[in-house]
Amino acid sequence: MNCDEASILMHALIDGELDAGHARELETHIATCAGCAARLREFHELHKMMTPAGLRYTAPASLRVSIEGKLPAPRLAAASRRSVLRGFAVGATASALAASGLLVMVMRGDDERRVLGEVVSAHLRSLQAQHLTDVVSTDQHTVKPWFNGRLDVAPPVAELTAQGFTLLGGRLDYVDAKPVAAIVYRRRVHIINLFCAPAPGSANRSATMESLHGFNVRRWSENGLNLWAVSDINADELMEFGEKFEAALRQ
Amino acid sequence: MAGYPMMAGGVVDLSEGGKAERFKALALPHLDDVYTLARYLLRGASDADDAVQECYLRAFRHFDTFRGGPIKPWLFAILRNVCHAAYAGSARLVFTADGADESQAAPIWREHGDTPEQAMLRRHESETMRRLIGELPAEFREMIVLREINDLSYRDIATVIEAPIGTVMSRLARARGMLREAWIAAEGGGVSR
Repeated sequence: MNCDEASILMHALIDGELDAGHARELETHIATCAGCAARLREFHELHKMMTPAGLRYTAPASLRVSIEGKLPAPRLAAASRRSVLRGFAVGATASALAASGLLVMVMRGDDERRVLGEVVSAHLRSLQAQHLTDVVSTDQHTVKPWFNGRLDVAPPVAELTAQGFTLLGGRLDYVDAKPVAAIVYRRRVHIINLFCAPAPGSANRSATMESLHGFNVRRWSENGLNLWAVSDINADELMEFGEKFEAALRQ
Repeated sequence: MAGYPMMAGGVVDLSEGGKAERFKALALPHLDDVYTLARYLLRGASDADDAVQECYLRAFRHFDTFRGGPIKPWLFAILRNVCHAAYAGSARLVFTADGADESQAAPIWREHGDTPEQAMLRRHESETMRRLIGELPAEFREMIVLREINDLSYRDIATVIEAPIGTVMSRLARARGMLREAWIAAEGGGVSR
């Protein structure tokens, strides 16, 4: 065995990964080579100094909570049972308050909640079913025309790469049993789905932020379109995304 | 889409509580280890948060493909892919020891019977070592984190970095050589405070 071989195998010896045959050869070499013997001692020292406890990091508690919150859990099943119960409650209220203005408010609130759920589900599906994009392009002039003939309206597509939101592409999706455009962006390791549903004649509506199953949703209406931006990035960043998007369209 | 691997797997099923519980029981105990690797691979604490979260969500989606055995190398491999996909070619893979969030570091241990002086010396050594590891080039840095901090076998390291064991051995030898020289330079250069 020469010094080059020994310089690699001595680490396997330190780590207890060297087979008996090679270990014997290495020891024979070291017995006659002062340089390698000294290096083995030094690396032994270094190895002993690398006490893991002093070199580790502890994950912030918020990270653990956030991960647990994003994994499906019995908690979520319980939540959906609760919404069934809420459905009954709404029904009972409906009989009691038939034809009152309050009823309309409640029903509309419930409807929006359902659509919100569908939007979040569509976002989740897009991450899971190998179907994030139908058209892959970072160029808005490729993504926008792709929707021609697939939707009644041309969805707005803005390039926001300079603002930290990378355009990945677009996809046809369904929300509330109607075809919608999904424009897909990336922020660091997070995906943002921007859903655009044609809503002819609907009034402009300024943005609201909601949260469902750990996802944030920024919803607004503009130029006869209902828009939902969905992502697991924090609400501030998603709000920023929406503002940048709206600003880019106005230019 | 380049650089952002597609996710495979079925449609989310909220009734998959059982699978989630199994995944949590297996994978969450390694959160600190995964986080430690992320902190050494990426620049800032918030990038590490994002990468670890993405790692766990991705691991859960692919949990059906986990073939048993120790789960840690499997999680590490996913984390490494997340880091590389998200920050490929980016300067963010360069570690910088940011003293500002030392509070996030594990409390420096104090062995029973240490005098305050010994404890302080240990703390100083750990801080220096953490910085020196962070200054190694990425492919050598991860060898030290996998082998020394996480005590992974050569075979497990080979799985994580998707390279033959021979590569693991030569890279680890180089990594330790570089670290030893850096340590001598640092401690010989009068870093002690």
